[in-house]
Amino acid sequence: MGSDAVHRKMSRATATILADVFLCLFACGTAAAQVEITGSWAARNHEVLTGDGLPVDFTGIPLSEEGRIRALSYSESQLAMVERQCQGWPAFYFVQGPFGLKIWSETDPLKGNVISYTIGGWEDRAPLTIWMDGRPHPSKYAEHTRAGFTTGTWDGSTLVTYTTHMKAGFLRKTGAPSSDEATMTARFYRHGDILTVLAIIEDPIYLAEPWILSRSFQLSATPLSPIGPPCITTYEGVTRETAPHYLPEKNPFVDEMTAKYGVPRDAAIGKPETLYPEYRRNISPAAPVR
Amino acid sequence: MKVFLIAALVTLSVGAQPRGAPAGAAATAKASAPMDMTGYWVAFVTEDWRFRMVTPRKGDYQAVPMTDQARKIADAWDPAADEASGNQCKAYGAAAIMRVPARFHITWQDDNTLRVDSDSGMQTRLFHFNSPPLSPGERTWQGYSTGQWQRPPSLKVATTNLRSGYLRKNGVPYSENAAVTEYFDIAPLPSGGQVLLVTTIVDDPEYLQQPFIVSSQFKKEADGSKWDPTPCTAK
Repeated sequence: MGSDAVHRKMSRATATILADVFLCLFACGTAAAQVEITGSWAARNHEVLTGDGLPVDFTGIPLSEEGRIRALSYSESQLAMVERQCQGWPAFYFVQGPFGLKIWSETDPLKGNVISYTIGGWEDRAPLTIWMDGRPHPSKYAEHTRAGFTTGTWDGSTLVTYTTHMKAGFLRKTGAPSSDEATMTARFYRHGDILTVLAIIEDPIYLAEPWILSRSFQLSATPLSPIGPPCITTYEGVTRETAPHYLPEKNPFVDEMTAKYGVPRDAAIGKPETLYPEYRRNISPAAPVR
Repeated sequence: MKVFLIAALVTLSVGAQPRGAPAGAAATAKASAPMDMTGYWVAFVTEDWRFRMVTPRKGDYQAVPMTDQARKIADAWDPAADEASGNQCKAYGAAAIMRVPARFHITWQDDNTLRVDSDSGMQTRLFHFNSPPLSPGERTWQGYSTGQWQRPPSLKVATTNLRSGYLRKNGVPYSENAAVTEYFDIAPLPSGGQVLLVTTIVDDPEYLQQPFIVSSQFKKEADGSKWDPTPCTAK
């Protein structure tokens, strides 16, 4: 091999390395801007998001008039119906429920990029798959499922997800409804060993304005289960001919929040104005202290 | 090829400098801020409504990982005595203020101090950037806070030197040795507007069995027309 050939070969090698470095300035930089969200994230239930202690507790939900009427018609005895025992809760239950999050990823075996993240499910919550490969959401006529269809992108080091195609279900176990047109935008912020999820739920039918929730989880060395026990139905005394419900203005539990906690009825039934500080002017300060 | 690569490296290097930073000068916190937190923000109370919007009844401590000692103190809660002794702001300290249903006005007090005022309770928090180490001084409801810009972009605030106060208005205590760590993040609302997300972690070995972690959200308002200063109340 002559010196010119050696020189040309070395130049090509140098150019290749420099090109790799140059590409890495962008591609590796993008990966470095992301954060690791896989692992077991333990629930820290220091704030009450489930709100299912009393039958009529819609506090903190900006229900529309339609949502409120439907919510007040709900009887929790519906969960005793064989066909509803395993219906589970929509995707936003992963923010509200008492469980931690088990998150794992699927990667492309050749390129190494993340194709999807999955948040494990439980007996009453379907696994949530977050597609990271740029695929579009399906047609609006496509099947709706309990978990819906979710895509994700990185906004710097924040994972942003968008969920559509959920089945109609409930915003809260007490019967506040969600329609099959509901969507959820979630942002996952990682700060050290704390993962905070901000969820913005929109529903043109049952919400008067977007419902914003957040919840923090703590990284756990103890692995969480990616699945829960299977849901098994059984006869609980409600016949197929019966659908437990309450007729308008006949819900017997509508004033329980007032009696037990001093919460005004307007707040208990989820009127949107009750979510803002100025609503406190309408509340008697002396009532709740015992 | 080499010229192109060098140019690209130089461009990226320059682009990594903080916004508005003069060449050769240390950037101020204000100049290097990766997000704009200033403005009026209103608490959007979608969680813990019955613990925040009304004063919970004595003994209603659901979800707080209290120690036995903390429970004894909370069981002796006496709001009238707090008011009589001038301690009506115990539920408005740094460990709890972001859970208070309130409006918050965030401004730059100077180039390295972010100021957060609340209308409910009329409290003022100061987040000091690039400040010298704290020399222990008088303890206050809001303590001494240091701020640090971080990714995602985010603001991390660490607060100590607190007066003992309440995590919840019905006397759930935190001690003067509590340390508060907060992360402030801003997100867009899909239909327009912005949300401020505040994650609060309270460490208090005396009164908490584990760190108390909550997150609160605020919606940005166009102006201060709904600003309604009201003093602290213990009831």
